[in-house]
Parts: sequence; structure tokens; C-alpha cells
Amino acid sequence: MNAVATNVAARLESVIGASHVNGSSEFCAKFAVDDVVPSAVARPASSAEVGEIVRFAKSEKLALIPSGNRTKLGMGTPPGHYDIALDMTGLNQIAYYDPGDLTLSVDAGMSLAQLEDALARQQQFVPLAVPFFEECTVGGVIASNIGSSLRPGYGSARDFLLGAEFVNGAATFTKSGGRVVKNVTGYDLHKLLIGSLGTLGAITRLNFRTFPLPEGYGHLVSTFSTVDSIMRFQAIVSKSSLTPSSFDILGPEAAQAVAEFKANRHSALPPWFTHGAWHVCIGFEGAESILRRYSSDLVQYAQQCGASNYHLLEKFEEKSLRVGLRELVKLLSGSGPSATIFRINTLPIFPSDVSDLGTLAARFSIPCCIFASSSGPLYFALQPDDLGDKTIGSLGHIASGVFEYAAAHDGSASILFGPTALKRIVNVWGPTRNDAPLMRRVKNAFDPENIFAPGRFVAGI
Amino acid sequence: MPAKGATRKVLHRDVIHGLHNILGASHVLHRPEDLSLYEYDGSVEKGRPGAVVFPTTTDDVSRVVRLAAQHDTPIIGRGAGTGLSGGALARTGGIMIVFARMNRILELDLKNQRAVVQPGVVNYELTHAVDHAGLYFAPDPSSWKSCTIGGNVAENAGGPHTLAYGVTSNHVTALELVLPDGEICRVGSCHGDSLGYDLTGLFVGSEGTLALVTEITVKLLRKPESVKTILAIFDRVDDASETVAEITARAITPAACEMLDGWTLRAVEDFIHAGFPMVSAAVLLIELEGLGEVVAAQVAAVEEVCREHHAREVRIARDEQERELLWKGRKNAFGALGRIAPGNYVLDGVIPRSKIPQALRRIQEIGERYNFKIGNIFHAGDGNLHPIVLFDPRDAGQYQRAIEASAEIIRYCVEIGGALTGEHGVGMEKSELMPLLFSDDDFALMRRIHDAFNPQSALNPGKIFPLNKGCGEITPRAQAAVRAVPL
Repeated sequence: MNAVATNVAARLESVIGASHVNGSSEFCAKFAVDDVVPSAVARPASSAEVGEIVRFAKSEKLALIPSGNRTKLGMGTPPGHYDIALDMTGLNQIAYYDPGDLTLSVDAGMSLAQLEDALARQQQFVPLAVPFFEECTVGGVIASNIGSSLRPGYGSARDFLLGAEFVNGAATFTKSGGRVVKNVTGYDLHKLLIGSLGTLGAITRLNFRTFPLPEGYGHLVSTFSTVDSIMRFQAIVSKSSLTPSSFDILGPEAAQAVAEFKANRHSALPPWFTHGAWHVCIGFEGAESILRRYSSDLVQYAQQCGASNYHLLEKFEEKSLRVGLRELVKLLSGSGPSATIFRINTLPIFPSDVSDLGTLAARFSIPCCIFASSSGPLYFALQPDDLGDKTIGSLGHIASGVFEYAAAHDGSASILFGPTALKRIVNVWGPTRNDAPLMRRVKNAFDPENIFAPGRFVAGI
Repeated sequence: MPAKGATRKVLHRDVIHGLHNILGASHVLHRPEDLSLYEYDGSVEKGRPGAVVFPTTTDDVSRVVRLAAQHDTPIIGRGAGTGLSGGALARTGGIMIVFARMNRILELDLKNQRAVVQPGVVNYELTHAVDHAGLYFAPDPSSWKSCTIGGNVAENAGGPHTLAYGVTSNHVTALELVLPDGEICRVGSCHGDSLGYDLTGLFVGSEGTLALVTEITVKLLRKPESVKTILAIFDRVDDASETVAEITARAITPAACEMLDGWTLRAVEDFIHAGFPMVSAAVLLIELEGLGEVVAAQVAAVEEVCREHHAREVRIARDEQERELLWKGRKNAFGALGRIAPGNYVLDGVIPRSKIPQALRRIQEIGERYNFKIGNIFHAGDGNLHPIVLFDPRDAGQYQRAIEASAEIIRYCVEIGGALTGEHGVGMEKSELMPLLFSDDDFALMRRIHDAFNPQSALNPGKIFPLNKGCGEITPRAQAAVRAVPL
């Protein structure tokens, strides 16, 4: 540990006590972001302590990166500065829960899995079906805005996040929104926190609307040989009266990854999987009569659109698929040291020329997989074998192609996860956007001294 | 925050001349008799603009804003003026930009369920335009046949069906904006997911204090397969409010769940003839939508809860005509109250749904203590109360007591975990109540956001932020939350 680092840790100890600070290089390395290692890790136990740490960082002009269980620290551009890791996992309680009102206030550092257990006792849940579910914290899910598979049925976080409390860059404790399900009092600042990647402040508490757990679940998996028939199927379902809870379209390789995820536990590949085919997985929920209605309508639509095969899943088999789909981004991001995942936002989410992406990867002989996620974006994952300069160069070329592809579809693309070497030569956020100056105004208002996660976000924020 | 041009209500003739040059004389009003029409909105507040202009393009808006900036003149955006919080009033004079002539639906993408509209498009017109495709625009304020989508965006408007589908903010994916220096920019995207901060989420509901909205991309929803509307009649208010709490607690999710108390109901029925009972303590108007199977199960569950809570009668609308009549009664209820009292006070507080029974009892008790009739016609399903204090605004004593009673109700809403406004916005009506919810540090951050976009307070000055703000607790100003409906 160098002198500056020792200094930071020691001075932090004087602010919040030695038991909340760790300056050992070995420990700090666990909090590294793109190989940048902080000088100290602070683990506050209250929002007041968060305020103290931020005040200290502000006065010393030190850069902070808040984190939860560090499952998605790889998102964003490599940080410009990074002095203190703000480990939020010490704030991990349910502050308020009114099951009768279906509202909840929870500390940002609580794990999503723990929260799920607590709500399940009241037959309720927060519809955040996100990758890294078992490990991640509530605050991390919001700050990263990682997509939820349940978006078609329940919306995204901005639709059920009711309010937030946070310490902003001026080191003041602030709140936005409230705990009631309908509220237009004041600016909706909590919406800005969603996906802000720690650049606006340290989220200490989040208020959610909760939902009743469904009585039962079902899934239809159907396979198609052409992209056109999938698009027809998607159009018919979206025009119908059905409101599925999830809708994933998996390219052959993505389907295989989900199938193998299940196979890890059961050795054989599941019967719904057809090698080399596109798979469409539609999830639905409700009482028995509702599940029956979905099953019969969806099978009929799939047949109309020329599905080569279909399977209705329930119980254990269904749950296994549902978890596999939820965790697909995690599976692909952990598939190798150079695994690179692009997130592409276009309308429609499944464009007819989607195979152009596969062609792009094939040009550089890099294996890839494509899926239009239930969470909204189209994902394009590359799985090269090595981390060599040539591979990084190829990934860079592919990145340019992906950004062009998104622009041609009036959309946007970013690198969700990728090797640091790639992120140092390609801006993960793609070309500069027209709204960048407005984003900077927001950043300056929240964090005038630029102490929160500098350099990790869009437009150099 | 100093309000720009606060002391100069009459515009310099150079400004009027400039407006004529930009827009032509037929798009500018400046004579006092013309302006007086624009000094009101749906609230009782008043504020006369120095000029009213009717641009037809974004470029017009930008040029007017640049002219205003040169002359240090405030700008106020306005849709149809149906707002209930004074959001579209010229509190300190200035140029009012009325979007009535920017009323074109620019694009309909039925396949992706999106529409791009100008801000002056009337809410209902959009639903009407996509009806043939089985789609609709979900936010449905009572004023939906006259209010504009631009106004809905500014105030983040709600309506009965926000219970299931959320307020305006949940349905807007992109905006074109004009900033106070005249710059035109875009935020968001047609699909709704864009990189970076959720600027669309910030601008929707910012009440015209950050930018002027000149184009809006909205989501369109598919009409449900089945709709059932239930009218449940109760002999005790407690039974009705406990029914709402129980429906919520059992996690039955209606599309709308409205409560009307029996006393105000009679006034409504006299006026609308919607089929409401003439003698009851309260009714619930509950709408269930979705797949036939879902609706059938929910209707049975709702009926069961109503009966368990001693509903005298549970009636299901037989056809679309009967359903529409019930909703007509609900949506015109406030107007009907003008028949029985010279003035009223409509509050917009929100409370946790589990606390509706106790809140209604407290409102009743406050009414008795102040010797007022307080009606309740509100969005029970999402805890959005609209207590209506009936009084005679010509009687100064009554006026003062009505204000005090209202303040007490709002304080109580906040005390039990609620908020000041569920859908009407803060505007100039509730700005002085904001410190009940927000600390000095909260205001400091909101103000930095305000100043980041509107540093000179040129846009809609005197809104949202309390003018009389010192520190700590404040006493609501006399005008706060008053809405008088003259006979």
C-alpha cells in the first residue's frame, strides 16, 4: 500500500471508525473497477455515516464509487479516478413495509434474494427478475438499471420505484418521491438515479410498489426456422388480448446457453431445446383458468406462424427455464475473459435484419449469440477464446459495426460488459449523443465537485 | 428564487412588435380584454399575462423564447388551461405560449404502439384517432375531452385508470424541448430506453419550469378484451373505505376504484342521472379489465369483499351505455357540486391505501369541528383523496376556516406517510405547502436542477418552489389549495 492510500484509509478511520474502513491492498483489490484499485473501502452502517464519508471525500476531492455486492462493477467506462469504494452492504434492512398498501421502503444494500424471501412471507414481490439475482443488492439493480425479464408484464423499475433517499455530491442527504403509489409532488429526481451507475450519489434507500405473487406460472417455448415467422408470431401475440409476463427471443446459441444452464443440474438437455433453431419463450402467470387460456391461445398462434415445434412448460421445468432466461446475461458475461455483451435498443426490439449482427461477428471468426430480451433490448454477446491484441482489435471493429447498426435503426447501443482492454480503446457508450450537454447539467447539479464515479458514464460524466 | 420580470406586468411595445414579426398579428393577443380570458385556469388562482401567443411550429416557440430572453420577460406554457393547481398561470406576467394551434398528431406507429404528437393535441383526440386499431392513450384525467397532452406532460396528469396503468410519466418515451435560451433539443427515444440519465422522466411533471415541450412520443395501450364495471352501494362510509383497503390488501388489482360519498352523490345524481342511489353513505365504482378469465375471477373476488363489508347492493353495469353513464357521473362530479355550494376547496392529498378508513374518519371529524360539509369523491384505489370543502368564499370568516381545515387535512395526509399531490401538480396552489414534505437540503438539490435548465427563472416563475420559504415549518398561505366554483 502506498503512502497516499494509507493516508486515505487512516483519515477515513478518523471519520467513521476503524471497524468501517479497510485499506489493505488485498481487500481493496476486490473492489477494483476495470483494474483501477481504490485506496480504501468504507462500509458505512447508516445513512448518516454515508453522509460523513461523502463529506470527507468532497473536502479532500477524492473519487468515490458506491457498490453493492459488486456483480456489475464491470459496467461503464474505466473510471477516471477511484479513491474510495463505498460498500453499501451495511445498509441492509427493510425500513418499512405495509403489505396492506403494497408499498415497501428498503435499504439499498439489502440483497434482492433476501428481500424476495421477506416479501414472499406476505405472498408479495418486487418484479425485478434480473441477472445476478441471488447475489445482487437492490441499490445495485437500480443504479445499473440492469433489465428485468418481467418487463412486459410489470414494466421497468421506473414504473414501480416510488421514491428514493440518497446522499448527493454536495454531501447532503436528500429524497425524492415518497412511499405512496401515486405522487407528483416535486421533481422526479429518483428516476434520474435509475441507471446512473453511481454518478449522481449514493443511494441509501428505495421505495417500491410491491405486487401479489402469481398463483401459478407457465411458459410456451416454440421453435422457428426463419426470422420472418418469429416476427409474425410476435406481431400476432402483441395484437392479441394476451399480456404475457415475459417474451424472450433466443438465437440458436443463446437457446443453447439457457438449455445448458439447466443441463448442469440434470445432465441431459431439456426437451424444449432444438439444436440450431431460434426459440421464442413466452411466460405467463395467474390462476389455473388463466394459464389454460394462455396455453391454448399461444399454441394456436405458434402453429399459425409455422412453429416447427412447441412445448408447454410448468412447475419445475418452467421455473428452471425462467431462471435460465433471467440469468442469461450473467451466463454469457462469465463465459470467458474476453466475453463482450452489447445492449442494443431499437424499435422493434427484434429487427428483421438481426442476422446482420451474426454476419459481423463471423467476419472476425468470433463466436456470438443473439437474443431479444424480455427486458427490452436486443443483446449481442461475443465469446472470443483469448484476450490477445488481435482479438481486442477485432472486438473494436465489431463495436463500431454495432454502433452503426443501432444508429441505422434510430436506436442506441452500448457495451454492457467487456474486457478492460477493449473498454480502453472503445467508448462503451458509443458515439457522443446530442443530449450529452443536458446530461452534464444534471450531473453538475447532483455532484458539483465530480466526486461520484467520475468518468464511468455517458458523455465523459 | 427571484421571479423574472416580477414587477413588470405590461410588456414593452418592442416585445409586442417582436411577437408580431415572428408570428403575425393573428397569432398574438395583447389587449387587456383579450388577456383577461387567460388569467384563469381550473384553480381559483389568477395571473394575467402581458401577451398571449399561439405558435404553430417548434421554431416559432424557439424564436418567441429567444425574444423573451432578450427582453428579460417570463414565459409560461399553457395547454387548455384545465389544470387545478395554477400551473398554467402567469404569476408574474410575461408571454404566455398557448399550444392550442400545435395540435397535430405527427405520427402513428400502430405496430409498435407509439404516437408522436404536438403538445396541443387534446387527450381524448389521440385515443379517438387510434380507436380503430384497438389502441388508446391511458392517462384519463376528468378533463380528458378538453385537456391537452402537453398539459398532461407538464403536470404529470393522472385519472381514474392510473391505478392500473400509471400517470402520464409512465406513458411518455421521448420529448422535444425548447430551453429558456431558445435551444431546441430532444430527450428519450421512441422505444423508451436510451443511454444515460432518464431525462424524459425528469422533464415530465416538471410543470413547465425546466423547458417547454414541443413534441411528445407516447405509448399506446391495447384495449382490454373484457371490461366490467361494478357499483357497490354502502350504508356506512367505514364499510366502503374498509372494502377498498381489503381489495388492496387481497391484491385484487382493478383498473379503477373510485369512491363517492352518499351526500355528494345525491348532488351528482340530481344533475347527471347516472343511476347512482339517492340514499346511501357511499358507493364504490370499480372497474376490472383484462382477459375474460382474469376479469371473471376478479369480479367474483370484488363482490365477495363488498358483501363481507356489508354492501347493500352490488350492481354490475349491464352494457357499455350503463357503464359510460356511471363514468359520466364520476367525471362530472366536481361540476355538479357547484349546484349546492357557492365555492369549494378540492384537495389532492395521497395516503397509504391501508389508512383510508382512518383518514376518512379524520376528515369527517375535521369537517365537524370546523362546521363544514366535506365531500369525498376520489381515486380510492390508489389512495388519492379529493376531499372537497364546501363553503361560501364571499364570507371572509368561512374562507379562512376552509383554509385552516384544508391545511389540517393535508398535514394529516403527510403525517400518515402521504404526499401533497397525486395528480394535480404543485403549481402556485401548493407551493407553500412543499416544506411539509421536503427539507432545505431537498430544496437545494431541486433548485440546482431547476437552475441547471432555467437559471434565470424565465420559465414559469413562481411555481413548485415556495416563495415564502424560510426554514422549517411554514404556515400555508391563505390562497393555498383554494378552488372556488362560482354559481
